[in-house]
Amino acid sequence: MIPELGHFSLIIALFIAISLGVLPILGAARNNSVLMSMARPLAVGQFLFIVLAFAALAYSFLHDDFSVRYVAEHSNSQLPMHYRFAAIWGGHSGSLLLWVTILSVWTVAVATFSKHLPEEMVARVLGVMGLIAVGFLLFMLFTSDPFIRLLPAASDGQDLNPLLQDPGLVIHPPMLYMGYVGFSVAFSFAIAALLGGKLDATWARWSRPWTTVAWVFLTCGVMLGSWWAFYELGWGGWWFWDPVENASFMPWLVGTALIHSLAVTEKRGAFKSWTVLLAIAAFSLSLLGTFLVRSGVLTSVHSFAVDPKRGVFILAYLVVVIGSSLLLFAWRAPKIGLGGKFDIISRESMLLSNNVLLSVAAAAVFIGTLYPLFMDALGLGKLSVGPPYFDAVFVPLMALTILMMGFGALARWKQSSMSELIKRVRWGFVAAAILAILLPFIFKHWTPMIVLGLLMSFWIVASLVVSLEQRWSGDGPFIQRVRSQSLSYYGMHLAHLGVAVFIIGVTVVNGYQTERDVRMNVGDTVDSGGYVFRFDGVRSITGPNYSAEEAHLTVTRDGKLITALLPQKRTYNVSGMPMTKAAIDTDIFRDLYVSMGEPIPDSQGAWSMRVYYKPFVVWIWGGCLLMALGGVMAISDRRYRIHSRKAALIAEGKQPVSGGMATQGSPS
Amino acid sequence: MTRFWPFAAFAALVVFLYIGLGRDPHEIPSPLINKPAPTFTLPELYKPAQQFSSQDMKGQVWLLNVWASWCVSCREEHPVLMELSQKHIVPVYGLDYKDTNVQGEAWLREGGDPYTLVATDANGHVGIEFGVYGVPETYVIDKQGVIRYKQIGAITHENLQQKILPLVAELQAK
Amino acid sequence: MKYLLILLISLLPAISYAGEAKDMAKDPVLEQRMIHLTQNLRCLVCQNESLAASQADLAKDLRQEVRDKMKQGMTDKEIIAFMVSKYGDFVLFDPPMQRNTILLWYGPFGLLLIGLASLVYQLRKRRKSVLEVKMSAEEAQRTAALLNEPKAPQT
Repeated sequence: MIPELGHFSLIIALFIAISLGVLPILGAARNNSVLMSMARPLAVGQFLFIVLAFAALAYSFLHDDFSVRYVAEHSNSQLPMHYRFAAIWGGHSGSLLLWVTILSVWTVAVATFSKHLPEEMVARVLGVMGLIAVGFLLFMLFTSDPFIRLLPAASDGQDLNPLLQDPGLVIHPPMLYMGYVGFSVAFSFAIAALLGGKLDATWARWSRPWTTVAWVFLTCGVMLGSWWAFYELGWGGWWFWDPVENASFMPWLVGTALIHSLAVTEKRGAFKSWTVLLAIAAFSLSLLGTFLVRSGVLTSVHSFAVDPKRGVFILAYLVVVIGSSLLLFAWRAPKIGLGGKFDIISRESMLLSNNVLLSVAAAAVFIGTLYPLFMDALGLGKLSVGPPYFDAVFVPLMALTILMMGFGALARWKQSSMSELIKRVRWGFVAAAILAILLPFIFKHWTPMIVLGLLMSFWIVASLVVSLEQRWSGDGPFIQRVRSQSLSYYGMHLAHLGVAVFIIGVTVVNGYQTERDVRMNVGDTVDSGGYVFRFDGVRSITGPNYSAEEAHLTVTRDGKLITALLPQKRTYNVSGMPMTKAAIDTDIFRDLYVSMGEPIPDSQGAWSMRVYYKPFVVWIWGGCLLMALGGVMAISDRRYRIHSRKAALIAEGKQPVSGGMATQGSPS
Repeated sequence: MTRFWPFAAFAALVVFLYIGLGRDPHEIPSPLINKPAPTFTLPELYKPAQQFSSQDMKGQVWLLNVWASWCVSCREEHPVLMELSQKHIVPVYGLDYKDTNVQGEAWLREGGDPYTLVATDANGHVGIEFGVYGVPETYVIDKQGVIRYKQIGAITHENLQQKILPLVAELQAK
Repeated sequence: MKYLLILLISLLPAISYAGEAKDMAKDPVLEQRMIHLTQNLRCLVCQNESLAASQADLAKDLRQEVRDKMKQGMTDKEIIAFMVSKYGDFVLFDPPMQRNTILLWYGPFGLLLIGLASLVYQLRKRRKSVLEVKMSAEEAQRTAALLNEPKAPQT
């Protein structure tokens, strides 16, 4: 009953989405207030029915309804409750339902927080989001229905893949989708503006908070995926330039370019067509990612099960959505004006150079990911493009971007001077360079790559210090001077600081990590990174749905006890699949990481073990969190919290202007 | 007309993606086609004391079929090989890859033995020389000992009729 | 005396086996070299894993093959050439620089030059064509209120 209800809900949601996609946009074109006003209620209706469908699937999972084929394929009665819930998005059709649920959440959010927007804008934005939902709902109902019954019902499920039975599955996909799908809002704003023929600075201001929030989610989502790979896969890697990872990284790069480009457009009303193109590109890359992961076109450790029929459907959907938006862009492009004036050396131009660099970086990842496909399609043979390529191409581009970042954060709007900028930062740069060159000597391992990494991060910090020094200088109490800067300004610096922290993490881990792959008898010790690991033996344990051999290792340093590590070698009951669970001790300055290999035959309990010392690895995830926090800080800026009623009245010219709430200090 | 560039680029991408849907990213063509087959000397399955040398095959067109008792797809192609061996068109030699003699013999007892001779590659070294990455795989080798075709995956009636047998006929005529 | 000897001998396992753990690899230096080389080679039967990391049977065999060839004295380049001769360019994660990969290796750099060049071109063009618009005092007030900035005549 419940699965059928869920299925029926999806059908109703489809009809609502069709109405949402057609009627308000028609209303906006014809200036029909009645049709336009249907947008918000339809958005709410779509949300309700999709959530109902999601709840139905959740119910089936939580109550072990193995008469639903998708539940039987991905769950099991022994599976702990929270994994039963997360298993909803453990496979293709369920993850699509998550996608469309999150889309409906964003749609209803836009419907709610848009009281200050003109009616035609709201109608068009919600309409476009409805059209996007139509495509996904059709896709689900025709090729990927999670509610298909299995008759006769299975007595028990096939269990969730052990690699997915982890807190990572509970949080990474929802965060990632919030980001991916969130870019649909920026996309819809861009399309709505193109449809209306009015593209100005206010469009940029409205888009900016939505885009930044989506970006924050995507940053967290990508970071969580990386962290999950690190502790789950058992050998300490955290990024493989795998096609599916690249599919989430490209929208992030373009999204970062977009939030910076929106700043220029908001400030000067300039480079609007470029910003619109970026908004279309960011979401298009999200959709392309969806295609790559589910069509079987590329091999990846993360791919869902392959079905070419699904691939054709998604491709057709891509053609319709992206093709029509790019045609709309080409058609409307002449109408988009040039905007305000700024110098060749100015904050605006530096932000745009950052745009070029980030876009080229995204293009490089794109080329590398799809090149094997291009070659194969042209019959030019089979190629692999792996980490060596991406590292060789991406690192120089990032170095240039970081260089610009240091200058850009200091440059003045509209007009700046290169010689003045250089004069301000030259001592900071020198200090950064000296530190970067000296530190590796102190830590007894010096390579050019380590120096480059340290130089990039110290340069960002130097630029940050120079900026703060200038902003905080002057008369009056210090606290006053600190509080007079806008949250937007601090957000920017926090996010950039996050980049510096991230780079330090990557540089130090790559430069100074150690790995030992050893044979350990009971009582043996191994040294890694100055820590001594002693193997104390293995015991058998049982978990909720697995049995395991658990090793006990005692870690000491200079004779002092640090911790005990308990890695496991699990065998899951239902699937019989083995899984290695690493044991990690995390500290702000290092991770100690042990994973079990194989028991060594005829050896009285000896095991092969992999022992890792990974210095500063949490700085990788910490840096990403700081970036996300910086984004949150930036949108908390008072400029975005204008009271909608007041703004609407001012916009209509009815409210006498009384000077408003003046913020102190200059906006950034 | 720069405003149409994004659309044009996207259209080109779609064409590639569409073609890509029809390709199999797992299939790896062999770089050994039209190159001399690696020479090897391996013990025979039924008479381990005796060695078989691929050099002995010069002057003949022959098929080298890589199989194993643990290989599931090999069961699918086995009847086809049995049929082929009875027609006496081309000799089929077997390479028992990463297997034990006991299990190999048992498998052939069960399903029949289509092979003129079976050589055993217990450690897989010869397989690597031939660029084997999965089983079953079959090589068509000509009279000069040059590899002319590699069948990746099971031999079926279809690929036998369409690709392998015509090629064999052509090579035998030379 | 005999019993003391037996006692001592039976204690030997406890004393002699606990110590510094030995590396799994028989020759750690060779192993490092092998891992370094195979990290850039693809496991052909996996879903996008390196030969160093994969647990597949073929990967284990190929790693052993690489070790053997290193012991025979082959250089890294020769070993890579061997792998390519058997499995094609597909086995390399580091795409070779050849005619069909020119676009791959030079593409990003070319795009960067094009991007920067068009940016500079656009910026120069805009200097000439963009006109400044002066707002009326009333418009300035309205904008200021909307943007929550202190009232100031905007240029």
